[in-house]
Formats: sequence, C-alpha cells, structure tokens
Amino acid sequence: MSNVFMGMPTLPVFGDGNLHIEEPFPAAAHRELGNTQMRANLRHATHTIRDKRLKVVAELPDWEQLRDAGSATKNHVMANLPALLEEFETNFTARGGIIHWARDAQEANQIVADLIREQDTTEVVKVKSMATQEIGLNEYLEEQGISAFETDLAELIVQLGHDKPSHILVPAIHKNRTEVRDIFLAEMPNVDPNLTDEPRLLAMAAREHLRRKFLSAKVAVSGANFALADSGTLAVVESEGNGRMCLTLPETLITVMGIEKLLPTKDDLEVFMQLLPRSSTGERMNPYTSLWTGVTEGDGPQNVHLVLLDNGRTAALADKYGRTALNCIRCSACMNVCPVYERTGGHAYGSTYPGPIGAILTPLLTGIKSEENSTLPYASSLCGACYDACPVKINIPEILVHLRGEDVDSKRGEKKLPSQMDLMMKGGAWAFSSGKHLGLLEKGLPLGKLAGGRDKKIKRLPGIAAGWTQSRDIPAPPSQSFRDWWKKDHEPVAPINEQEKLTK
Amino acid sequence: MSAKEEILSRITSALRDAPTPGPVPREYRTVSDMPEAELIELLVDRLEDYKAHVDVVEAADLSATIAERLKDASSFVVPHGIDGTWLADAAPAGDARRRIDAPGAVLGVAELDGTDAVLTSSAVSIAESGTIVLDGSGDQGRRAISLVPDHHVCVVPVSSIVRLLPEAMQRMDITRPLTWISGPSATSDIELERVEGVHGPRQLDVIIAKGL
Repeated sequence: MSNVFMGMPTLPVFGDGNLHIEEPFPAAAHRELGNTQMRANLRHATHTIRDKRLKVVAELPDWEQLRDAGSATKNHVMANLPALLEEFETNFTARGGIIHWARDAQEANQIVADLIREQDTTEVVKVKSMATQEIGLNEYLEEQGISAFETDLAELIVQLGHDKPSHILVPAIHKNRTEVRDIFLAEMPNVDPNLTDEPRLLAMAAREHLRRKFLSAKVAVSGANFALADSGTLAVVESEGNGRMCLTLPETLITVMGIEKLLPTKDDLEVFMQLLPRSSTGERMNPYTSLWTGVTEGDGPQNVHLVLLDNGRTAALADKYGRTALNCIRCSACMNVCPVYERTGGHAYGSTYPGPIGAILTPLLTGIKSEENSTLPYASSLCGACYDACPVKINIPEILVHLRGEDVDSKRGEKKLPSQMDLMMKGGAWAFSSGKHLGLLEKGLPLGKLAGGRDKKIKRLPGIAAGWTQSRDIPAPPSQSFRDWWKKDHEPVAPINEQEKLTK
Repeated sequence: MSAKEEILSRITSALRDAPTPGPVPREYRTVSDMPEAELIELLVDRLEDYKAHVDVVEAADLSATIAERLKDASSFVVPHGIDGTWLADAAPAGDARRRIDAPGAVLGVAELDGTDAVLTSSAVSIAESGTIVLDGSGDQGRRAISLVPDHHVCVVPVSSIVRLLPEAMQRMDITRPLTWISGPSATSDIELERVEGVHGPRQLDVIIAKGL
C-alpha cells in the first residue's frame, strides 16, 4: 500500500469503549471534591512523586536533549506510521508472531476472546494495560464467561474493591494503605485476618494471592509500552515482576497495543527508556523491563499474538492541532503535577485517561461531540505545569484551547436563537467599541453595588456567569468607574492631537 | 476491505495535510569515558539504592563469594552454560542442591517454584541507572529460571559494565529475549512509596567480578 494519499479524504472514525463520560466534568468534579479522604490521599501521593521525579530528572545533564529527541522521534513516527506499521508487521511475523488488526474496541475484544477460546481455557492473567482498559476487555471477557485476573497490585486493589482506576500509572492512587488493607481483608480469599496496613505486608499478601494463578495460567494478556519497527520487538516496562510472570510462563501471550506505540529502531528505545521511568515513578530505572521479538524457541510463550488497535487514534491523527497527543507514552507526570487533578482525582474525568492528557486525548479519540466529553478541555486552569513535565513535550495547554474552540464551533448553529455566550460576546464587543458606549454602561455600576448588599459581595451571578460564583464570591463593583474618578480628580488634559499642535 | 487496509487508509487520509517533521536531534550523551573504579562505584551506589546486596570481588574470590551468597539456599538452579569453576565452592561435583536447567532438560514451573535460589551471569550493566541486562545466553538461561525462585544471585563481569544506556544498547542483541533488572521486585502502588518484594525475586545479590 502506498503512503501517498490518493483518494478522497475519509471522515475520521472515532473510538468507543471506556472513553465516553456520562456526567459533565464540572458536576463530577463537584461531587469528587466532597471526598476529603481521597483529596488527602491524592495530595500525599502526588507530592511524593513530584519530589522524586524532580530529583532524578535533575541528575541527568542531558534531560532537555532527551526530551527534544523523544518529541522529534514521536513526530517522525506519526508522520511515517503506515510504513513503520508494515515494517513492524513483517519483522514480528518473520519471528513467529501473529498480528491482528482491530478497527475499534469491539473488534479488538472479539479477537482476544477468540484467541483465548482457542486455548480451551476460561481464565487469563493480565498485565496492567491502558489499551485493554480503554476497550473494556475485562468486562467483555466476563460476558463471554472468561475470567481475567489483574496482576498489577494497584489493578488488583481496584478489581477486588469493585472500583474504577483513577490514575494511569497507579490506578488505586485514591486509596490509602488502610483502605487497601480493608479491601484485602474483605475480598481476598485465605488472607491473614491479622494483616496490617504496612505496604510491604500488603504487597506480600498480593504475592501469595496471585502465585498459583501465575504458575498455572495458560494464557496471558498484556499491553506494550514500545514496539520497534526495524526488529519486530515489543517491550513492557513494570515494577513488580507480575509482568515477567505473564510474559514468560504461559504458553500463549496476547498483547493489545495502540498503533501509535511504534518506535523506528532500538536507538530510539534508549531515549524513551531514560525518559519514561524517571517521569513516571521517579526512578532511575523501573525494576523490570521485558523485551521479546516474536517467539523464542525454548524460552517463554510459543504462541505469540499482537492486536494492533485503532479505536479513534486515526481520528486524533487527523486533527492537525491535536495529533501530538498521540505522542503520549503514558508516564502520568502530567497528572501528578496538575492542580486540577490533585483536587478532583481521576474519577471526575470519567474516562480511562484522566488528568491533563486525558482532557485532550479522550475527546480527540471520541470526537468533541460525544456525550459529555466536550466538558473535558475545560478541566484545566491552563497553568502549563503539564507541558513542563511532559517528557515528550506535548503542548497540552495549546491543545486544550484548540479543543475548547472546537467545542464552541460545534455548538454554533445547533440552536436557532443565539446562546448566552454569543449575546455576551456581542454585548462586550459593543461596549468596548467606543468610550461613549462604555460610559453608558458604567452608569449602571451603582446597581451592581446594590446587588452586593451589606457585605459588598455578589454571591450569585445569573445565567452562564453563575459558573463563576459557584465556588467564589465576586466583590460588588464600586459606585463609580475608574474613568469617572479620573475625570473628577484630575485637571482636564487636552486631547492628543491638541498637544501635538502645541509642541509644533 | 480488511481491517489492516482500512486502518492504513485512515492513517494516510489523516496525514494528508501533515507537515514533514524535521530530523531527530540526538544531542544527548551517547558515549562516556569513566574509569573502571568509578564505574564500579556508581553501579554499586545505584544497586544499593534499590536495596540489592552487592559484593565487589576479584575473579579468584568469585567461587567463594557465590558459595557464601548461596549458603542458606537448600536448592538452587543454574543455567546449563554457567562457568563450572564458579561453583567449585558452592556445589562441588555431585552436590544435590544444584539443579541444572538446559535445553531439552528444562525444569518445570513447579520445580522452579520449589527451588530457593538461582545463579546466573549477565550480558551488560548500566552504571548510571543500576540496571543489569540478561539476554538468555547459556550462562543466563531462559527467562523463567531467573524469575520464579525467590533469590537471584547475579554475577556482573566488570568488562560488561558501561555508564550509559546508549552505550549498553550497542552491546545488546535486541532480538534476544531481554530482561532488564534494576533491583529486586518492587512496587510503588500504595501511596506511591516504593517497597521491595512482590512477584519477582525478593532478594537480589549482585557480585561484581573484577578481571572478568
């Protein structure tokens, strides 16, 4: 297939799965903010990780050069994606791996379920994977009578607690150690009833719980952090060894990976394996990284599959301002530094991808018009901390503003009558177009002072301006405008053109 | 249209107005010249930070150090290609504690689970990040043997230590099954605080061997 575009442009095909938020972000955030325990947990965890990240990043004299290389490499990958995908497929297949292509979540889920059934089993072990979370694989497998056991500690906490992930790296970040212990005591079979909340003992309880599953599983499902086109190699980065267990012991390994995860060569891996661990867990290197290239005789799974997933990625790629969101390597540094995320937590974003990256990636994958996803680009103060922290320099604030524009544009013309926003903008344009107009408007100031009441604060503005006063008061306006005060307090000054005459 | 054709066509359509990106700048460090003693010091510092136990020994003392590290193990597995002289003290010929894993004579998962420790060599190590790379060669064995036993004793020949990851990449055969190990198994999943010891080996002993 040629890489040169010949035909008619096709309309973007958006993704589905756990990406559509049902509740507008402001409403969800309002509810989540009421959970003071969760806010305390998040504050503790995000501040811990921020400090660690800064310390290990400062150790590298070439951190900015690595970011530049990482960013440019990802741009290169996106621009050459068809050729790189074909190259990867050729190499992976030549080494005994089997590639499947999935247009959307449903197709990917079906492929995985069919592959599991081929192995005559109804149980699989899973390595933490954002792609399978995004497509809702566990839920789908359950409908098909297949049990998927999450083996990452945080995913296990979420699964046992019948909860939802709230962070892409540490899905149970909203739970503290005591809450984790309580979940284990209530849900983990054969757990020691004297289990304390010491993290080391909680980790050991998880080890006991999953050991037999690892040793007996016939099929494992994983994601992938990177795929190298020129060798057909896949990489999984992890900490606990659950990844190694899943990638090594079962006979069959099924990996689900977004098409954007490719890197051209192993020279690129050296960049990303410096950027990723330092940005995500704040470590110089994560405890374990596994790389495999198809099938290796006598070592690890002999039945190796890869599902390449679109699910809206091509739609994101078609957005010329938003496409760099696909450069994301899922490190989670942006959410760890985000003042909004730190307070609302991940659940408020309603999608598999929370935080600043989620606020752009989710609507890019689904389209801005999908359900309540148009509210996500507003989940930001545009402070730019995410852009500073991003190891591949995704300009998240710029894309947030772009998507806000998309949202406003998409709603224009939907209603016959102009919206409140349209009227306000029109009114603003009129008021500021001449001094006379503004002066006329300023005559209304004493009225505003009246609305402020005795404490000189306005607690509730009408219409869409109510959003402003939802969580803060506005001081009542003064009784006279600056311009009025100036006029009364200063000698009249000749207009500028008069002054010019005088100086000549 | 097959799924593959359709996805590739969607990508091509999506990229029709995309600018050609510039070349990838590679201004980051790819070479270094750190003296051997400093390389060793850096690697030891990083590994100890991960809570690994580290010995630095002369080649002549390697066998005795291995024996010391394995003294509490009631059984241990070695890959078929391990240097026999390394085991002179730990497992003299015929020692029942030693289990050999070899192609055609592999140990089952249950047997590995019932084995206390594993001894392997390593392919290359990165001092700056405290990372040891295993590549499945005969002296390192297949991936399962360095994973299932709870105690991993790993020999790092000094000649295999480099400072930077890019230097290590030059020495790796990327198509081999690779495992990069940076300390014992750990997790940061509870309150983002690191604790050692989950599913992989909870004890990692590294023996850095000079003259090898």
